[in-house]
Amino acid sequence: MGEIIEGEKHEKGAKRRPKKHSTNIDMTPMVDLMCLLITFFMLTTAFSKPKVMEITMPEKNADTANQKKPEIAADRTVNILITGNDEVYYYIGLANPNKPPMPVLYKTNYSADGMRKFLLEKNQNVFKQVTELKDKVLKGTLVMADSVLNRKIKEIKKADKKSPIVLIKADEKAKYRNIVDIIDEMAICNIAQYAVVDIAPIELDMIKNAPK
Amino acid sequence: MPKIKMPVKSPHIDMTPMVDLFSLLLTFFMLTTSFRPPEAALIDTPFSVSEKQAPDRDLITVSISKDNKIFFMMDNGPDSTTHYRSDLLKQMGQRYNIPFSAKELDKFSKLNSFGMPVNFMRTWLHAEDSKEKEKMQVGIPTDSTDNQLAMWVRFARLVNPRADVAIKGDGNADYKTVKKVMDIMQENKVNKFNLVTSLQKEEAKLENK
Repeated sequence: MGEIIEGEKHEKGAKRRPKKHSTNIDMTPMVDLMCLLITFFMLTTAFSKPKVMEITMPEKNADTANQKKPEIAADRTVNILITGNDEVYYYIGLANPNKPPMPVLYKTNYSADGMRKFLLEKNQNVFKQVTELKDKVLKGTLVMADSVLNRKIKEIKKADKKSPIVLIKADEKAKYRNIVDIIDEMAICNIAQYAVVDIAPIELDMIKNAPK
Repeated sequence: MPKIKMPVKSPHIDMTPMVDLFSLLLTFFMLTTSFRPPEAALIDTPFSVSEKQAPDRDLITVSISKDNKIFFMMDNGPDSTTHYRSDLLKQMGQRYNIPFSAKELDKFSKLNSFGMPVNFMRTWLHAEDSKEKEKMQVGIPTDSTDNQLAMWVRFARLVNPRADVAIKGDGNADYKTVKKVMDIMQENKVNKFNLVTSLQKEEAKLENK
């Protein structure tokens, strides 16, 4: 404890010795308070950082508008239509009013049995490879840095030529939460290619005429 | 049997090293924590599985509250030598012919997010009452005739070209508003967005057939 050793004073003449006081201070309350403050500061620093989800939107300008659009195989394209009341629909292929037949519109929901089940089934090849790779790293049979792992996952995604290409379209009634949920499903299901695009008038009609 | 007398020892523990360490830690945490100034609106972000942390510097944050008001926020830059916020307000003042004084610029640089037309900025800066301040937060106008958000974004990108854009939307905000914000961003050549979310773990399993 905090003891102060006092040097003995030798003074001629005066032989008075100061009484030795032990200077013990009870530090327990101080330690208590410090513990509390440290915990408080530690927790506030750790939790103050928010998480973010990155999304890159297709560029919009005059140059790209005139460019030839990339050819996408129709059967690979999955269109997700988001509307109000937490309703979500999807269809495969292209909806072109000049080229019947029109694709069938399916209704689904945001639960694990809805959208995710369908996307996983569509994307099972990539999903299997990515989970296997991640499992190996997690178990320690394969040791690699995070950056290498991410690159490998990207390679798997790129190599697969059958995985779905998802177009996310939302109408004016949709809530922001719905969009985030769907983009999140893309991350969960390891979908390689997806984009948030504008909804076409024909698709608005499709939602309107959708079976309830 | 004779009783064994244990020597009575005083249960004093020397706490000095512990206290030393604690004071050190406490000082460290106190100095590193930066308390955020209060935000303009309470925003309940949606959940996602993303574990990427938001950058704490060089970030333009556009918040969208659940009643579709738009707020703007930008940080001051990496250290105390950069004053991005006051530079930004100065430029905005020049654009809209509002001369802000040095004191007002300084006050603005210490605040956080805001959401009002730029002509109310001065009254907001001078307002003392927090309730009064809150009342003024009516959102940044984004109409095509008076698109102030586009101006804020443009000047913010000029002041700090490295800045990333984060969109912090309330889960119940309309997609229409978010889309409008994104369109304005894209007009200013911002194509990469960070959507601020809260972490929630989700598991996906493939069913075997």
